[in-house]
Amino acid sequence: MKARVFVTLKTSVFDPQGRTIADALQSMGYAGIADVRQGKFFELDLDAASADQARALASEVADKVLANPVIESYRVEVD
Amino acid sequence: MTSFAIVVFPGSNCDHDAYHAAKHVLGQTAEFVWHKETSLKGADVVVLPGGFSHGDYLRTGAIARFSPIMRAVADFARAGGPVLGICNGFQILLEVGMLPGAMLRNRDLKFHCAHVLVRVERTDTPFTRRAAPGQVLRIPIAHGEGNYYAEPDDLRKLETEGRVVFRYCTPDGAITDEANPNGSARNIAGICNEGRNVVGLMPHPERACEPVLGSGDGLVLFESVMAALREEGALRTA
Repeated sequence: MKARVFVTLKTSVFDPQGRTIADALQSMGYAGIADVRQGKFFELDLDAASADQARALASEVADKVLANPVIESYRVEVD
Repeated sequence: MTSFAIVVFPGSNCDHDAYHAAKHVLGQTAEFVWHKETSLKGADVVVLPGGFSHGDYLRTGAIARFSPIMRAVADFARAGGPVLGICNGFQILLEVGMLPGAMLRNRDLKFHCAHVLVRVERTDTPFTRRAAPGQVLRIPIAHGEGNYYAEPDDLRKLETEGRVVFRYCTPDGAITDEANPNGSARNIAGICNEGRNVVGLMPHPERACEPVLGSGDGLVLFESVMAALREEGALRTA
C-alpha cells in the first residue's frame, strides 16, 4: 500500500523559498498567483492491512521523523 | 587537564577544528568519538561539531539524532555534563529536543560565511563564565540554515529564564536587524538548556582560537569550560 506525506512549513512560519518563487512567477506575468508554499513530498511503500492502518503508520513516522513539529505541518494521503 | 570528546558524524567537517583548538591551542586532551559508539569514554566535555551530518538529508541534524552516541550524550547532559553544540551540532541539539526551537533557511536564502559579532548575554553557563557580561566576540559563521525559530511562548520562556546566551550585534554591542545575518528571532545566535550545561550556537568559536586565523575571541568558550570544571569538579560519566 502507498501513503503520501506532504510536509510544509506551518502557515505561521515565513517560507522564503515559496515567497521567492511567487515573486518570480509574478515577474513572469502570472499576476493571479498570490503566494506559493514550498514543501517536501514523501511516498511510503508500506505493509498495512487497511487504509486506516496505513494512514496511522504514515502519520506516526511523519510525527517522529518526516516533519519537525516546531516549524512544519503535514498531510497524509493513502490509496 | 580537561578531556574533550569530539563526536564525529558522517559529514562532520569541523571535528578537526574543535580537536585542534582543544588539543593544540589549549593543550588539553581530546578524542574523536564516532557516532556509532555508545560511550563518551569518561570525557569532561562533549562537543558536537559543525558540518553536514548525513548530508543534511531531510533536515539539518534530523538523522544524526538517531545515532547511538546521542543516548550517551543525553545521559551525560542529564547528569550535568557540559555539552557544546556548534553550528550543525546546535542543529542536532534542536532536533533531538535537548534545546528548544528549530532552524529555518537563512532569510535571504544565502549561505553565509563571514566573521560576525555576537554579544555575550549570559556568563552563568560553563561555556561563558570567563567572558564579561555584554562582551562582544568576533567569531565566524558558515551556514545556510541558521535562522533560529521558536514559538512565541518558547521565546518568552527563553528570555525570562535568561537562556539566550549569544546575540548577533553591532561593534558597540547594539542588537539591530542589520547585525542579524540570517533572520534569527531576537538576533539569537546561541541558547542554553534549563540546566545551563548544554549550550548551542551557530558561530564557530573553535575556528576563532588563534589570531593568525583572524580572531582569538572563541577561546573564551573553551577557557570558560576548563575553569568551570576546575572550580566545580568534573561532572563526567562513563
